[in-house]
Amino acid sequence: MNNQNDMLSPELSPESLKKIDREVAKYPADQKQSAVMAALVIAQDEKGWLSKETIAAVAGYLGMPPIAAYEVASFYNMYDLQPVGKYKLTVCTNLPCALSGGVHAADYVKEKLGIDFNETTPDGKFTLKEGECMGACGDAPVMLVNNKRMCSFMLPEQIDKLLAECK
Amino acid sequence: MALIDTINPLLTTGWSKGDAGWSLKDYEARGGYAQLKRILASKMSQDDLIAEVKKSVLRGRGGAGFPTGLKWSFMPKAAPEKYVVCNTDEGEPGTFKDRDLMRFDPHSVIEGMIIAAYAVGAKLGYNYIHGEIFDMYQRFEEALDQARAAGYLGNNILGSDFSFDLFAHHGWGAYICGEETGLLESIEGKKGQPRYKPPFPANFGLYGKPTTINNTETFAAIPFILGMGGEAYLNLGKPNNGGTKLFSVSGHVNRPGNYEVPMGTPFAKLLEMAGGMRGGRKLKAVIPGGSSAPVLPADLMMECTMDYDSIAKAGSMLGSGAVIVMDETVCMVKALERLSYFYFEESCGQCTPCREGSGWLYRVVHRIEHGQGRPEDLDLLNRVTDNMMGKTICALADAAAFPVRSFIKHFKSEFEYHIEHKKCLVDPEVQRAGSGFFKAGAA
Repeated sequence: MNNQNDMLSPELSPESLKKIDREVAKYPADQKQSAVMAALVIAQDEKGWLSKETIAAVAGYLGMPPIAAYEVASFYNMYDLQPVGKYKLTVCTNLPCALSGGVHAADYVKEKLGIDFNETTPDGKFTLKEGECMGACGDAPVMLVNNKRMCSFMLPEQIDKLLAECK
Repeated sequence: MALIDTINPLLTTGWSKGDAGWSLKDYEARGGYAQLKRILASKMSQDDLIAEVKKSVLRGRGGAGFPTGLKWSFMPKAAPEKYVVCNTDEGEPGTFKDRDLMRFDPHSVIEGMIIAAYAVGAKLGYNYIHGEIFDMYQRFEEALDQARAAGYLGNNILGSDFSFDLFAHHGWGAYICGEETGLLESIEGKKGQPRYKPPFPANFGLYGKPTTINNTETFAAIPFILGMGGEAYLNLGKPNNGGTKLFSVSGHVNRPGNYEVPMGTPFAKLLEMAGGMRGGRKLKAVIPGGSSAPVLPADLMMECTMDYDSIAKAGSMLGSGAVIVMDETVCMVKALERLSYFYFEESCGQCTPCREGSGWLYRVVHRIEHGQGRPEDLDLLNRVTDNMMGKTICALADAAAFPVRSFIKHFKSEFEYHIEHKKCLVDPEVQRAGSGFFKAGAA
């Protein structure tokens, strides 16, 4: 979780706005809304999660109705509409991963952290999620850290190492 | 996971250096962008170019197997504004080939897309990349910068009068965006809910303009097809099933990973290349084309060759080439329960038969797996699938139904045992041991 001030203010930082501008430039001038998915990710990276106010700020910046941005934020799985731990771990348990230790990996993490799926450790450090196919089944077990970092072949020793890295 | 093994490598020729061989200079060193240069220098006609692709009988590698050249020929010539879109939203359970194409050879996809844009007269393109592989999205953006700096993208490419630019767009966790019109909605900044077809994207695509949309592997094959000629490419495979194909082999094999083999390669050969069955255990079943394809029992699968027609004849689909291998330790009810949960979770909610039906399928399979099944449940499941298949805007409902129908069809006695005895035919400890942690990557 980011600090309280960030969470209270829905306004995005100049750095985030600059990143959003770069996304907007990819699309025809009259299609700014196309950048909303990337813009929401940029906002989530800055704020830690997406409050309704943050989503409205993104919508305002792109000149679209807040409800249209909220529809997008609530449709795609990796937007966090509630606060999550500093490290969100997502373990794939879909069939191809499950055949090669995916469920074992999830069980191992649950035991290590003392939490179940969709729970956050009391210190606010880790949130655990069950994931659907990440498109890396040959690397099973597979985990994502904060949506963007994919970790392959997550056997117990690799999981231990990852958890130790997360300060 | 790099390429594990191959026969006749084409798409994977650039993969041997792993993460050190993806950049522009490496791609050019192995003949990259030569086909684009040749097309521009010779001012090849669009019709000739499309005819060459048609000759190759390259069929769409995303799953549907539609002939690529024919798809390109549907684009209206006169339209002033057209788009080319690449579908790298690879989320079909079992499929992980496009991620490696992005990782090891992104320029082959870029060159393929530029050539496609030339063929259909598009000025702008997007590559929609699965949100979960964000590092590959970043790599693709780097590759685009390299291509732009070298004059392969932008205005007047290589001094010609052809202009085209290309950008990357990432998803953020929605399986449905792998459906082409859901993907287009998503690029437009909306929920990725599929559109009615017709009109097809060639007439009404991105921003309502004519759009050609192909899979990553399809675009990557284009430079190789033009390099060797359409006919030579076709002859690599078998009639009506041109070329080579990437197969993502997962599950109970000794060496899970990507394999590039000619179309028509026997499944037994592919299994052998993947190191054979893990622990020497017995093959029970294979899903040959990603989780949406009907499962085939071992004896039927061992008769198949890996191409669209042979797998279709056996009652399944080659799909995206995702081969999920299951051995004798697998409980088929439990395997189906996990797949049914996936479709329930990923249904976009737009069509009632899919939104409600996928939930029914999951809940009924779940209760069978958990010892609460009723004798009439198998008929109930089949009836629910009857009410889903062909009754929705896109194929997700069918994709949810195929596993249910095929698992029950081929492994009915296991479902009946579950219902009657309220437990698995396969001992739970055996199941757990069979699918435990496994040190992959023997290669």
